[in-house]
Amino acid sequence: MSDRTEFRFAGSGGQGLILAGIVLADAAAIYENKNAVQTQSYGPEARGGSSKSEVIISDSPIEYPKATMVDYMVALTQESFTKYIKDVKDNGIVIADKELVADFSNAKGKLYVIDMVKSAREELGKLLGLNIIALGVLVELSGIVSHESIEQALMKRVPKGFEDYNKKAIEIGFRLAKEIKNNK
Amino acid sequence: MTKNIKLMQGNEAIAEGAVIAGCDFFAGYPITPSSEVAEILSSKLPKIGRVFLQMEDEIAALGAVLGAALGGAKAITASSGPGISLKQEHIGYASMCEIPCVIINVMRGGPSTGLPTLPAQGDVMQAKWGTHGDHAIIAITPSSVNESLYETIRAFNLAVKYRTPVLILTDEIIGHMREKVVIPDKNDVEIIDVKLPGVPPEKYNPYNYTSGKVTPLAPMGEGYRYHVTGLIHGETGFPSQKTDVIQNAQNWLMDKIYKNIKDIEKFEEFQIEDADILLVAYGSTSRSSRQAIRMARSAGIKAGMFRPITIWPFPDEQVSKLSKKIKKILVPEMNMGQIIFEVQRNACGSSVYGLNVVSGEPITPDQIYEKIKEISKT
Repeated sequence: MSDRTEFRFAGSGGQGLILAGIVLADAAAIYENKNAVQTQSYGPEARGGSSKSEVIISDSPIEYPKATMVDYMVALTQESFTKYIKDVKDNGIVIADKELVADFSNAKGKLYVIDMVKSAREELGKLLGLNIIALGVLVELSGIVSHESIEQALMKRVPKGFEDYNKKAIEIGFRLAKEIKNNK
Repeated sequence: MTKNIKLMQGNEAIAEGAVIAGCDFFAGYPITPSSEVAEILSSKLPKIGRVFLQMEDEIAALGAVLGAALGGAKAITASSGPGISLKQEHIGYASMCEIPCVIINVMRGGPSTGLPTLPAQGDVMQAKWGTHGDHAIIAITPSSVNESLYETIRAFNLAVKYRTPVLILTDEIIGHMREKVVIPDKNDVEIIDVKLPGVPPEKYNPYNYTSGKVTPLAPMGEGYRYHVTGLIHGETGFPSQKTDVIQNAQNWLMDKIYKNIKDIEKFEEFQIEDADILLVAYGSTSRSSRQAIRMARSAGIKAGMFRPITIWPFPDEQVSKLSKKIKKILVPEMNMGQIIFEVQRNACGSSVYGLNVVSGEPITPDQIYEKIKEISKT
């Protein structure tokens, strides 16, 4: 159980967090031959509401499929930050977006507030791809899978014509995470 | 040969398993958390010349499935609690007329529309007793995505072999989670096909209550003419009120399943050799149980698990045998206590405890471990 690494993507329906989780699980399970389980939790509405997508990665078989001691969490809405932070480990890492989350009163773990929305707007021209930036941040911070594996898994699941756009998005994520590591 | 391994959702694995099993026909009406089964089959089946049909409601969907099966198709439907409630009339009809079909129930919280997006195990007794009248049923509770694929194939085989509806009970967790699946080659798995009866049409009776053998169901349109009715019928298929025919027909519906229980049953045992506490757990709850057992063992408490994969018919013999050795039994379920009654019925002189969580959250390993610790002190 100790080799479980737990990831949580928190936000609202429609932000693409489930896809981010699937890509991470795919990279670990198929391209690095680890065990990976991806689950999600959401309300009855198709858009909006709090939702989370979780990925457990381990070298041993994964029994309980949901996260209970979160190592890495990224939050893309205030509501989901407040709601889902409780399971973060004391030494877990939490990434929140500077524009989307402002109330950190129940924060846990090591919190980093970074500019993912701003980077998306300035470098991609729109917010589409915010989920992939967040994925890039967690992959780079955790080192759980290689850049190559995550890019292969990502390319398999993005629509035709959007390969370069998504590659750019994940690289923004890698860079933002490197900045965090350099500033530690 | 390299293995074909994919990351797949539980519902996707059911669709994949159905295609491998040779499923010809899907009819359904979408409902969370089962909709992906329909969605994926709507894309897969037409591409290989098979039929996908969205009906006006769940009742009509199972009606279409039974019609297709009478025509010789391997047919399936998928739904969840509210839809499965609607299907009960036709489940009884399938039992009575001995029409093979596979019914997927991705369980969500109930009663009524309950909790569309959250898991539960509240339909296990419904699977057994949902439709009226005495009848036997086969129901299977997979606990992983991989098992969802292989058990769907087995469900089709059992349905054809015993001419019976077979239910697969997964839940929102197994149905929606993604994990690795080893996709088999068609030639590497056993597939039982629909066969023509070995007799010419004029000698064919669609039912046989006394030989102990299941009569193959002749596909309509192959020249075999017979009567199909939900009324109690004799071996020709026509209604009968003769007491001996009635008794034979009723006995047969039970016997064809219970006398073949060795072929139908499937279970897994985990660390039971030296166990002082036995967990009887199924579906997604068995995953939490396995982790809780590891926690208990590292704290010096010897726990083990019996996991029914075929939940109906219930593995009476195994539970009864285990209860002679292991005197404390814990049954964790995401319901208010259902399979615990089956365990109590079979547990000779053991203490049987329940752990029941119906909050919409899965039962966690910690919750089960705490209960194991509590029981170990009694």
